[in-house]
Amino acid sequence: MSIDAPVKVTPPARKITTKPRVSDQIFRAIVTAFSFSALLILSLIAIFLLIKGFTTFKEQGFGFITNFEWSVTQDEAGKEVTHFGLLAMLVGTVVISFVALAIAVPLSVLTALFLTFYAPERIKRILVTIVDLMAAFPSILYGLWGFFVLMPMAEYWAKLIHKWLGWIYIFDVPDPVYTRSPFIAGIVLSVMIIPIITSVSREVFSQTPLDRIQAAYALGATKWGMIRAVVLPFGAGGVVGGSMLGLGRAFGETVAVFSVLNIVFRTNFQILFTQGGNVASMIIQKWGEAGPSEVSALMAAGLVLFILTLMVNFLANYVVTKTVKSGR
Amino acid sequence: MPTSTVQKMRPWAASPKDRALTGLSVLLSVLTAILIVAVTPMKGKLAYFALFFLAWFVIDSLFVVRKQGSKGVRDGLAAKVTLFGAVIVSMAVFSILWATISKGVKGLNLAFVTENMREASLFDPIGKGGILHAILGTLMLIAIAIIFSVPMGILTALYLTEIKGRAVGLIQFLVQAMSGVPSVVAGLFIYAAIILNTPLRSSGFLGGLALTILMVPTVTRTAQEVLNLVPRDLREAGLAMGATQWKTVALVVVPAARSGLITATILGVARIAGETAPLLFTVGVFDSYNFNPFKGDQGTIPTVVWRGLMGGTPESVQRAWSAILVLLIVVLIMFVLARSFGSKSPKK
Repeated sequence: MSIDAPVKVTPPARKITTKPRVSDQIFRAIVTAFSFSALLILSLIAIFLLIKGFTTFKEQGFGFITNFEWSVTQDEAGKEVTHFGLLAMLVGTVVISFVALAIAVPLSVLTALFLTFYAPERIKRILVTIVDLMAAFPSILYGLWGFFVLMPMAEYWAKLIHKWLGWIYIFDVPDPVYTRSPFIAGIVLSVMIIPIITSVSREVFSQTPLDRIQAAYALGATKWGMIRAVVLPFGAGGVVGGSMLGLGRAFGETVAVFSVLNIVFRTNFQILFTQGGNVASMIIQKWGEAGPSEVSALMAAGLVLFILTLMVNFLANYVVTKTVKSGR
Repeated sequence: MPTSTVQKMRPWAASPKDRALTGLSVLLSVLTAILIVAVTPMKGKLAYFALFFLAWFVIDSLFVVRKQGSKGVRDGLAAKVTLFGAVIVSMAVFSILWATISKGVKGLNLAFVTENMREASLFDPIGKGGILHAILGTLMLIAIAIIFSVPMGILTALYLTEIKGRAVGLIQFLVQAMSGVPSVVAGLFIYAAIILNTPLRSSGFLGGLALTILMVPTVTRTAQEVLNLVPRDLREAGLAMGATQWKTVALVVVPAARSGLITATILGVARIAGETAPLLFTVGVFDSYNFNPFKGDQGTIPTVVWRGLMGGTPESVQRAWSAILVLLIVVLIMFVLARSFGSKSPKK
C-alpha cells in the first residue's frame, strides 16, 4: 500500500524587479513635485519683482544702484521726472548691519563658548532655552523694545562714545541729536541676530574633534589654551558663516529698523547721528504715498534686496557646511 | 600583610580653601563696585554690573596668579569673559520680557480680549474696545499658512530623507536660501504677483500666502531633522514585511515622527505669528470682525501693534504694548508646546 506523495505545487517564480510599484511611483512623483516648491517660489519671487520693477531698471539702468537721489518731481510740462538711485539706502543697510555684527559677533561667540565648554548642565539648558526664545520673538516686539526701553539707555551710551571717541569721523555728529540713529538700530538688530550666530557657533564648536581636544589637554593646556589652540581655529569658519547668516537677516529686517531709525534718504556714515535707513524699511516708508512709477521702483528695490540676501545666505551656508565637514 | 589603603583623591575638585577664595573675591568685587559707584559720578544698574565684572577680573586674577601663574590668570579671565557675554545676552532677553509684561499688563482688561475696535479708536482711553477681531484675524492667517506650508514642508522633508533623489543637494540649498528671504520681500511678491495682476485685493488669504513663504523653510528643516531621527531599522522592517515604500512611510515613518512633525508645525507658526511687514502689503487693516478670508481687509495683532506704535499717543502706545503681550503669550505657549512635543520625539 502506498500513499501518493503529495503533489508539490510550485507557484510560478515571482519576477524579481527593482521597478517600484505603481503606488510607489505615484508617491515618489508627488513628493518630488512638492519638493520643488522651494525652487518654484524663489523663481516666482524673482520673476514677478523683475517684471514689476522692469520699467525702473530700464529707465534708470545701472544708476539704480549707483545713484544717490530718490525723487519724483514734475517738470514745467507737468511730465513726471523720476530719479531712483538706491545707493544711499544700500550704504545705510551695510552701515547698520555692520554695527549689528560688531556687537553681536563677540557676544555670540562668548555665549557659544560659555555654553559649550564652561556652563554646568543645568545653566546650559536654561540658557539654550533663552537663546531659542530670543529667536522666536516677533520683530515688532524688538521694535517696541528698542524704541521705548533701549533708546533712552543707548542715547546715554552714544553720548559717552561721542565724548571719548568723537574725534573719529564715524563717531562724530553734526548736531547733538543722538536718538533714532544707526547706532541704536544696530544694537536692536544685534539682539535680533545673536540667536542665529550663537546657535551656529555652538553647533560648530561642539563638532570640534574630541581627539584634538584631548590631545591639547594631554599636552598640559589649560581650558583657555585648548580653546585657543583647537576650538577657535577649527570653528572660525563656522563663526564666519553664522555671522553671515546673521548679516542676511540684518539686511532684510524691516519693522524693527523702521521703529527705531529716523529714515532719511541720505548717505550717512556717522553712526551716532539721527539719520540713516535701510532698503527694507525704506520700502515700507515710501509705500504709503507711492505712485505707479515709484511702486515699480520699490519693487526693483525689493528685487535688489532679495538678490543681496540670497547671495549672502548662499555664501554663509557654503562656509558653514564646509567647516562642519572638515571635522569628520 | 595589611593592604595599603589608597586615599580617594579628586585633585581637580575645588578644595574648601579654593571655594573660600572664590567667595572672597566675589565679595570683594561687589564691595569695590558699590564703593566706586558711591564715590564717582557713575550711576545706574549697568555701572554696577560693569564695575563688578571689572573688579572681579582684577581681584580674582590677583588670587590666582600666586598659585597658577600667568597661564592660570588667562584661563580664569577667559572663563569670566565668556560668562560676561552670556550674562549680557540673558539681560537683553529679560529686559525685553520684563518690559513687555510690566508695560503690557496695564492695558489688559476683559474688554481688551473680548471686544473689537469698531466703536473705539486707538486713541480712546484704555478700557474702550479690544483686539478680539485682531486675535481672530491672526488665527485665521495662521490657519491658512498651515494649510499650505505644512504639506509643502513635510513633503519636501520626505523627499530629502526618504526618497533621496538626485536633487537632494539642490533642494537642501534652496530651502536654506528660502529661509533667508526677507519678510518684506514676501509681502512685495504677493502684491506684485496677485494684487497687481488679478482682481483679488488685500485679504486674509493673501496674507496667509505671504506667511506661507516664510513658514515653509522652518517646517521643512525641523521636519527633516525629526525624520532623520527615525531609526533605519523601522524603515527596513517595514520594507522587509513586504510593504511598499509608500506604505512604510505613511504607516511607519510618519507616525513614528508624529510628535516631531507637530513640533515643526508649531515652530513654523511661532516664526510667522508676529510677522508685520508682509501684512502691511497683503492684509491691510480693519477694525472689526471679517470672517471671509477671501474678501476684505483683516485686523491682525501685528498691525494693531504697528498702528499703536505709529500713533504715538500714550493710549495708542499702551494698546501696542498690551497687544504685543497677548501675541507674546501666544508665542510662548506655542514655544512650550513645541518643546514638550519635541522631547517626546523618537528615541534613538
